[in-house]
Amino acid sequence: MKGDLWFQRVSVGTTWFWLAAFALIPNVMVVAASLLERGDRDFIRFALSLESYRRLLDPLYLRVLWNSLYLAALSTLTCLAMGYPFAYLLARVPRRYSRLLLLLVIIPFWTSSLIRTYAIIIILKTRGVVNNILLWTGLIQAPLELLHNDLAIFIGLVYTLLPFMVLPLYAAIEKLDPLLVEAARDLGAGWLKTFARVVIPLTLPGIVAGSMLVFLPALGMFYIPDLLGGARTLLVGSLIRNQFLAARDWPFGAALSVVLTAVMTLLLLVYARSRRLAYRGDLP
Amino acid sequence: MKRLGRIGYLILIYLFLYCPIAVLIVFSFNDSQYSLSWKGATLNWYRVLLADGQLLRVALNSLMVALCSATLATAIGTVAAVTLFRYRFFGRRLLYALIYVLIMSPEIVMGISLLMLFVAIRLTLGFWTLLLSHTTFCIPFVVVTVLSRLSGFDRNLVDAAQDLGASEVQVFRRIVLPLLMPAVLAGWLLSFTLSLDDVIISFFVTGPGFEVLPLRIFSLVRLGVKPEINALCTLMFGLTLVFITLSQVLQKEKR
Repeated sequence: MKGDLWFQRVSVGTTWFWLAAFALIPNVMVVAASLLERGDRDFIRFALSLESYRRLLDPLYLRVLWNSLYLAALSTLTCLAMGYPFAYLLARVPRRYSRLLLLLVIIPFWTSSLIRTYAIIIILKTRGVVNNILLWTGLIQAPLELLHNDLAIFIGLVYTLLPFMVLPLYAAIEKLDPLLVEAARDLGAGWLKTFARVVIPLTLPGIVAGSMLVFLPALGMFYIPDLLGGARTLLVGSLIRNQFLAARDWPFGAALSVVLTAVMTLLLLVYARSRRLAYRGDLP
Repeated sequence: MKRLGRIGYLILIYLFLYCPIAVLIVFSFNDSQYSLSWKGATLNWYRVLLADGQLLRVALNSLMVALCSATLATAIGTVAAVTLFRYRFFGRRLLYALIYVLIMSPEIVMGISLLMLFVAIRLTLGFWTLLLSHTTFCIPFVVVTVLSRLSGFDRNLVDAAQDLGASEVQVFRRIVLPLLMPAVLAGWLLSFTLSLDDVIISFFVTGPGFEVLPLRIFSLVRLGVKPEINALCTLMFGLTLVFITLSQVLQKEKR
């Protein structure tokens, strides 16, 4: 029928148009801009150049990149260490409670990270909750400076991103058949061996997915280091923002974004591979 | 003993997740400007908020963007999900990939890429650029929510309707859409929340003439902790709480 084709065309056309215009083209523009020169009036001059990438190799910027990757990796590992046992226990909670308990993880997942960062400030500030408790117990005599340093950024990242680790882990662990763990135990494997050879491989997709959901925002959320960190720590998210809003060096900002996207793509490949590994099962 | 340890660990993490928010909420009702000690309950800080005309305008901006972009994203996202599910066409896999790129790509990268687009096509930064950007980052969440409901969809229903002479439009309106409704509503609620809370993308794509709530909170928080901000954040948290719980209930609804 003629009308049918029309409907199908409009549906496909809308989907294509929107994703092409607002996802494909902008991303291509970023890559293109990173390969152009900085202009005086229009931000970008149409002349090919690898200058922006060369500048990335400046020790100053390498340091920023290294600091950011280090802090993001440390937060990811901490979230994993805290989140894995939590998700594991959550997946084994009796049915009656599990929906409510899961909802209690989903709510912070969707709550604005900015609000949660602000909550951390209230807790950590000089006259904040932690300092007051420590003073009250007599453990310290004068308030500690808990804000405006790398530790505060780290706490802020772990706090805001923990739910992003827990939810994928929970999804993976919930699918894990407890009988498999029992079988491994019956066959004489110790706890450690069961965990390393059965539980971890089968929940690997959840581990990788959770790590990505923590690692990538940890690199890009510039307001957490802005609000919690000191003036001395510059991280890649803030650096990108500065290129676009203060320094007006769009090609350099674009090059930094390309690097960030490359890291993401790399992780996506690892993720795809981990899923294949998990599905392959225990074949040698 | 072991059991106690397990429950203890669960409680510990929940405390970690909720303590800061709880403190924030409690202090939004505390009748004291600076001190941490409890000086009695008050609604004063909420009154201060309501008296701030400028803040109300900013909040209205945010609500307008969230309403419009959630609705637009839900419409496009639902059509996109059904299209990806039902039709075979050129570039289908590429579109699937783009949806996942949109979900995974760091917000800051999406923010600057959209900024570049808007500057290139000479669109003034403000309401319209915010609307387009928010719609874009909400679409994948709608698509994923709707697709997950479609995974249990019985294709025979469509065949039966078509055998009985229904056109594609009728199939979509009378068969597919009603079955997808809970997921569509859940997607709308998620989009609304996402749009209302977004900081990073809005930071890049809005201009000085059109401020939104999260950016206002960001600039206020930079100046320090204030009871009014506690009240404002409590209100926003409450809104998220209601919307997300509703959307969860809708998604869990029996098929």
